[in-house]
Formats: sequence, C-alpha cells, structure tokens
Amino acid sequence: MDFGLSEEHHMVQRMVRDFAAKEAAPTIQKQDRLGEMAPHVIPRMAELGILGISIPVKYGGQGMDYVSLGLACEELEAVDTSLRVVISVHNGLSCLTLLQWGTEEQKNKFLVPLAKGEKIGCGAFTESGAGSDFAHIQATGKIDGSFYILNGEKMWISLASVADYAVVTVRTNPKASQAYQGLSTFLVDLNSSGISRGDLHGKLGVRAGSTGWIAFQDVRVPVENMIGREGEGFKVTMSSFDSGRYTVAAGATGLIRAALNASGAYADQRKVSGEKISDLQLIQAKIARMSLDYQAARLLYLKAGWMKNKGERNTKETSAAKWYATEASFKAASEAVQIHGAYGFSDEFPVERYLRNSKGAMIYEGSNEIQSLIQADYALERRQDKKLRKECPPYDQDSWT
Amino acid sequence: MKIIVCVKQVPDTAATMAVENGNISWGDAPLIINPWDEFAVEAALNLVADQGGEVTALCLGKEEETEAIKHALAMGADAAVLVSDPALKGSDNVAASKVLAAAITKIGEVDLVLFGQQSVDTDTGLLPVQVARLLKWPSLTLVSKFEEVTPAENSLQVVRSMEEGNQIIKSLMPAVVSVTKDYGEPRYPSFMGIRKASKAEYPVWNLADLGIDLPSSSISWPEVNEPVEQEIVTEIIDGDTAEEKAKILVEKLIAEKVL
Amino acid sequence: MTKKILTYIDHFHGKVQSSSWEALGLAAKIAADSGGEAAALILGEGVNDLAEQAFHYGADQVFLADHAILKDFRPEPLAELIAAAAGDYQPDVMIFPTTTRGRTLAGMAAVDLESGVMVDVIDLDWKEDKITATRSIYGGKLLAKLTCSTSPEIITIRTRAFDKPEPDSGRSGSITNLEVSLDPADQATTVMDIQEKASGVSLTDASVIVTGGRGTAINPALTPPDDLDEEGADVWKAEQGFDLIQNLADVLGAAVGASRAAVDAGYIEYDHQVGQTGKVVSPDLYIACGISGAIQHLAGMRSSKVIVAINKDPDAPIFNFARFGLVGDMHEILPPLTAGLKAYLEG
Repeated sequence: MDFGLSEEHHMVQRMVRDFAAKEAAPTIQKQDRLGEMAPHVIPRMAELGILGISIPVKYGGQGMDYVSLGLACEELEAVDTSLRVVISVHNGLSCLTLLQWGTEEQKNKFLVPLAKGEKIGCGAFTESGAGSDFAHIQATGKIDGSFYILNGEKMWISLASVADYAVVTVRTNPKASQAYQGLSTFLVDLNSSGISRGDLHGKLGVRAGSTGWIAFQDVRVPVENMIGREGEGFKVTMSSFDSGRYTVAAGATGLIRAALNASGAYADQRKVSGEKISDLQLIQAKIARMSLDYQAARLLYLKAGWMKNKGERNTKETSAAKWYATEASFKAASEAVQIHGAYGFSDEFPVERYLRNSKGAMIYEGSNEIQSLIQADYALERRQDKKLRKECPPYDQDSWT
Repeated sequence: MKIIVCVKQVPDTAATMAVENGNISWGDAPLIINPWDEFAVEAALNLVADQGGEVTALCLGKEEETEAIKHALAMGADAAVLVSDPALKGSDNVAASKVLAAAITKIGEVDLVLFGQQSVDTDTGLLPVQVARLLKWPSLTLVSKFEEVTPAENSLQVVRSMEEGNQIIKSLMPAVVSVTKDYGEPRYPSFMGIRKASKAEYPVWNLADLGIDLPSSSISWPEVNEPVEQEIVTEIIDGDTAEEKAKILVEKLIAEKVL
Repeated sequence: MTKKILTYIDHFHGKVQSSSWEALGLAAKIAADSGGEAAALILGEGVNDLAEQAFHYGADQVFLADHAILKDFRPEPLAELIAAAAGDYQPDVMIFPTTTRGRTLAGMAAVDLESGVMVDVIDLDWKEDKITATRSIYGGKLLAKLTCSTSPEIITIRTRAFDKPEPDSGRSGSITNLEVSLDPADQATTVMDIQEKASGVSLTDASVIVTGGRGTAINPALTPPDDLDEEGADVWKAEQGFDLIQNLADVLGAAVGASRAAVDAGYIEYDHQVGQTGKVVSPDLYIACGISGAIQHLAGMRSSKVIVAINKDPDAPIFNFARFGLVGDMHEILPPLTAGLKAYLEG
C-alpha cells in the first residue's frame, strides 16, 4: 500500500495550481459577476494539454494517469468550479467515453482533436423531464439508411454553447422490453444542421461557466458515429458518469480546500474583543470539520483514481467519492460564509461564490440521492457490477506515452 | 550556445516560517524552485530556441532536494547538475559562489550563466555578481531583456534596470546575467516535460569531483528569530484646529523617519 | 578598538542616492564610538563637488576618482577601484547603500577582498569588537543576526533603515585622489544608452502611499454644479478630495491608492484599489484619508510600517491599526499637512 503521490503527480499539481492562480484567479470574481468564462481560459487549457491530460499520447493526449486528472480537477476547482466543469464534460464525459467505448476509427477521428483541445466536447444526456430517471429519456434516434435521425432536447448541458462535439444518448428502440435497453449513444458534431443551442441564465452558481440546452431537429448523424452498439446507450452513459463523477469528486475536494484556506486566513486576522476568532473553539470546530472532510474526500477520490489506473471497476467508489465530496463542499462553503460573517455574505470575499458553486454538484452527474441509492444497492448486495463489453482502459505508461 | 541556469530550492513562499531550537522550519510546506529562477530558465530556453544550443540547470543543494532541478528540466532544460556535499552546510555567499564557479568551469565552454535576480529565502542577490567576479566574466545584473545575442562575435546586448531607469549595455560573452521578472512570464512545465523530468538522471558532484577544497566562509548566522509582532499603540493627535493637528502630525512623521 | 570605516557613495551621474548619506551617517557614528574614522569613496565623472557634501554628512576623509571612464555605471572598473582603495586604506568596515549598484559592488568587494558581505541590513550593533548585523529573510518572515569573521566586515544597509544625518557645513577633511589606470579597450562592457524612468510611482513599489476612501466625497463645504445628479455630484466632490490626496502624494513622492468603496463608486480607477481584491502593499508610510478600515482593505495594507489614519469618525476601525490617528475632516487637514511636509522636505 502506498498513499504517497509520485514526483510526477506533485509536478502536475503544481503546474495546474500555478495556471489557475495566475490565469484564472485574478479575474474570476469579475467573470462570475459577468456570468461568462474569460475567453482565454479554454484555449489556454488546450494549449497546456490539460484538456487531454489522461488520454494516451497516440490519441493526441498527454499520457498522464487518472490520478493526475483528479489532481488537476482539485486544483482547478480550488479557484473556481467553472474551470473544473470544463474538465468534467470535456475530459470526463466526452474524451474518456470515447477512449472506453470508441472504435479505433472513432478515436482517431474524434478523440484526437478533442484530446489536443482543437475541439471541445460535452456530454448531452439529461433532459428537462429525465435526469435521475435516465432510462426514460425522450429524445429519439431513428435509422434512415446510413444515418440516424435525431430529435429531442437536452437540458442542463455544460458547455452546450461552447462545444464542437457532444456525446448524446437517445432512444433508438422504443419497443425494447426494458426502457434502458432501447438507448444508443452517438458522437454528434454540434455544427450539424438541425441543431440549435443556447445558454441558460439566472443560475445560482457556476456563473462563470456555460450551462445550456441543445435541441435536435431531424439531425442526421452517420451510423459510424454510434459509440458502442445499438442498445448499449445506457451502459455507455453510465460509464461516462463513472468518469465524470470522478472529476466532480476531485473538484469538490478542491472546493473544500478553498473554503478551508479562506476560513483559516480570515479567522487568523479577524479579532473579536481583541481575540483572534481562530482562537475560539466554536470557530475551530468548523475549521476542524472542513479539514477532516478535505482529508476524507481526498482519500476517496484518490482511491477511485488508483482503481481507474489499475483498470478496476470503480462505480461504487467513484459514486461514494462524488457523494461525500460534494456534500462536504456545500457544508464547508456554508461554514466558510458563516465564519466570514457579514463579509462572507458579500462578494468581496470568495466564499459566497464557493457556496453558490457547491450546490450544483449535489445535483448533476447523478444527484446525491441517486448516489445514495447506488451505495444502498451495493451495501445490501442488490447490485453487482457485471463485466462490461468494453472497460475503461487501465493506465499503462508504456503504451500511453 | 551553451547556457547554464543556476537554480535554487526554497520553501514555498506561502509557507509559515518558524524557528525551532535555532533551526529554520517551514512545517510541511513543499520545497519549490526559487520563483525568480523560473524567469532565468525561461530566458535560457528562449535564447536556445533562437540561437540553438543547450541549457543545463545547475543547483547547489542537498542530495535529496530535487524540486528545483526537476522543475527546470520539466520546463525544458536539456540537462542538469547537482552539486552537493555535506561539508557545504553553513556556507556563505562567497563560498557558494566559489563552488558554483568551479562547477561552471568543470561543465566548460559556457557562453552564458543565468540566475534569477535573487532567492526568496535569503534575498541577497549576490551570487550572480560573485560568480562573475570569480570567473572574471562581466556581471550583468537585473536584466529584463536580451536585445541582441551574437554568439559568433561572443557578444550580447541587454537591458538592465536600475533605480533611475534602464541601461542598455553591450557585453562580451561569456557573461553572468541575473534576470528580473520584467523579462516575461515563465512557461509552465509541460506534461511531457514532467514525465521526462521525473525519469531524468543527472550527475551529483561533491567537492572532490570539482577538485576544490571546502571554501572558507566569513559570514555566520549566530541567531535567527521570529519577528516580534509589534503591538500597535495608536497615538491620537489632538489639536484645536486642523492646522494645529497637521503641524503636530508633520513633527511626528519627521520623528518616525518614514519620509 | 578603533575602526576605520569606508563608505561607498552611490550616485547616478552625480545625483547622490540619499541612502548613501544614511550609510555615511552610520559610519560616522561607529567611528565616533570607536575613536576611529569615517572615509567616503566617491567614484564617477564630474563628482568632485560630492566630496564636500560627504564631509558635511560626516566623512573625515574622501577617496575620489573623477574620470570619464567612470561616467556610466559598470561594476567591473568600479570594483577594481574599490578593491585598490580598500587595499591602501585597510578599512575594518565597509558600508554600501543597498541600491542596485551598491549591492553589486559590495558583492564584488567581498570576493576581491576575500571577506564576506551582510546584505540589506536593517539594524546594526557595533558595541562589541565584531559588528552584529540584523537582516530580514524569507520575505520578512524571519530576522537573522549575522557576523563576519574576516576583515573588512562589509555591509549594505537598507534604504531608510538608518538615520540620515543633519549636514554640517562647517566640516571638511582631506581628499585623496585615486589613480585611474583603466583602459577603455580592456573593458568587456559598454553602456550604449540610458533610458531614464518617467516619474510617477506605482503602488506596489511605493515607499509612501496616500489613499482615499468614501470620505473623499463627503465635503459639505463644496457645492457641486447644478446639472449633476446625486451620483455625479458625489464623483465631482470625490475628485476634489483626490486632488488633495494627489497634492500630498506629489510632495511625498508617493503613490495614490483607494479603498474598494471609492473605486466601486467611480471616484477613481480600479488600478488604485488597495485591499483583498486590489493590490497588497507594504510601504513605509501609509496615509489613509477618509477610509473606515473594512477588513478587506486592512488585508491589503496592514503590514505597512507606519499607518496614519485621518477620519471624521473616531470609532472607525482603521484607528485600531494606525500608529497615528487624526480625528477630523481630511479636506481640512490635508492642505496644511501638505504644506507642512513640503516646507520640511524642501527646507
């Protein structure tokens, strides 16, 4: 057993931390107020290879391992959730889904430009009427010669207005005996005709990020763009979530750290009746809890990353990490606001943004209620993972670099 | 061109520093490359990109202290040398300069030696000057720009900053240059660079390898203390009129010697 | 033991850095305490008349080299002359101001004279035979005491850490002219051009900062033009307030800062903001005018050496962090304060 990070991991952590501190942190408050991401951020992440961090070099990526991906997410979300969301949907939902389920041709055609950051990817699964109830999505795909004709609307899609490609799951067989067996997943070029998309406004948090909708009206998608086989869409989508949730868990861990650091710094300088509030036990209790949660959340996501490196199925561990870290980040951010008092209520300090940003992750990529059900199923032995036709590949430095 | 960049390892600038039993401690804060040195590495990599050649990172430090060297390699340095000898503990600047000068001589055929403008730990900024003096090479400190580098003529022209402005100075090579942060943002290590650096092997030289005896040190540090946090005693300046208050304040400020 | 102290007078084309006089003042004190003598070293072109000033500031004798080859700062020829002068004079202590030039030359002298150098010293104890110097390390997080076991003990002193002596025009002494036998052809460096900085002080570099807050706009004595709405009238008033701040800053060679309240209200550009979300500064003197001292502002300036607070509200939190507090209207206090400081600094 080895809980230590390697020298490489430390360097990855420092590199992403420096990037976020220098190129995103100085303007993040302004961008959050403006409700948009600074235009240089995604191109810089592409240039630095962050958008292809844990993809083999032969597919245009950087050949780092899954733990590096998690560490990058922690560092990015320690500055702002919107940065990590880019990784979740681009690296998690689209690149890793292609890496796991894509054919060699699909990888060369789509994964290579995505991993190089020449194209931006997102995952379009959720609909206005179906999120947790994913098996019952409404969007359809009908075969027509060598094309599928896609119709329907996807909602709450991060980077909807920014992405070039989307991994989209629709119903291709309405007659399947089980609803979930009638789904298929496609890689869709979002510049195809029949697609309209836009951003949603008035969000509680992640205001510096894009969240939107994508509508499909008779969109023709070539048969060869199907990821996995006809009817495998539910499994492909759940695999996407195993990747995406991992990035969410690691990111939320970064948010706990940010709340902890901000609280510590504030409590050390704020005095009440001549005494630093960091000397007060009620404040110490809050800070201790944040520290405990940070340590626990970090262990959970690093273990999931370690399992991914070994190619072990990690649905249970990833779900637990996501559930724990996102709940804890919400609590930590809320307590950070409390520690800051009235200052925490204003955007002069970043903690109110942390609080607003933390809520979303408890809802997306499988709400925490869903994570809770998943954990119950495992605990009560009502769920057993069967081997998938295509598993997420283990990290192998020799063949990945 | 053959360029040596001298890099140093320092505690993270965000670290809380303390003194325990007379020893300086930074808790469990990580060691990092001296941030000023990153500008020197950046300058070296750009010079070599323009002129061809190779960059060697040179570090004086403990054998287990690898972060500065690894960072320089991850940024793109071609090679590295660590000079490490337990006897060097407690060396002063002149002694350290002698060791670095010996290492630079051993590496040989060097056109430029670059330093960061100073280190964030001891903040002396002396090594670039003293190494140059020992090698009898020109010392160009606080350089923000390389205007012209002509290896064929062994010459370079740089912009050096002073309190009053900039000096444009032409110099022969080899020379020793310290680079300021006005040079431009250093690059981040690339992922490929990180992988390369984590596997990189480099020689570790001790004094015997350099063929020198332990240089003597003049400066010692008998005491290091944590500064006592000054309790602020506010003096409210009283007077009948604004003019009177202003007059008293002027006197107080003169006495406080902050003008 | 009597001490001979040699002080390097740093100047730019004959204009002396005032920290050189601080260094000479320190040298004179050590000399007086030890029954020794203070010598000044003046190198440059057209610097003959600096010798007289050096006497006024405490030098007993001056070593002088006035030569065309020394016109522009190039460390190598200067280091040669410094080593030669020290070789002749055999000082026990050498003091340089911590300017870019002083630091470089002190470092070279340590190599040439086979001694050591204690850089950017903020405090000095010379009661014992050996000097003990104090300097801050790790960005001011720790203080180290240093000694030098060889002679000369070389130090550079931080600007404004030691008193600048009152010049005594009655003092004079002997001048020794140094021989300059440098050949321009032997010099490895040539100064091609000098671009002097425009004046104007940046917040982060400034040793003195004058800052305005919401109080800049609170001036019942002013009547804004009729065509302005309430917000416009506030900005108009604040501009007058910031003019007063600028006048004081000009006199002190200071940078102008502002609180977040002031920049948010549009009184002054965001570049000037000091605080958590603005610039973090640490000048020697920070004069806060009409600023209450919100925590976010304090986070950006509380490490300033001396804080002066001018505010109408005696309960403003800024007073808890100020060395000097002045309860009153900044609009009434700044003009006489500016005039008084101007008279002192120019007088």
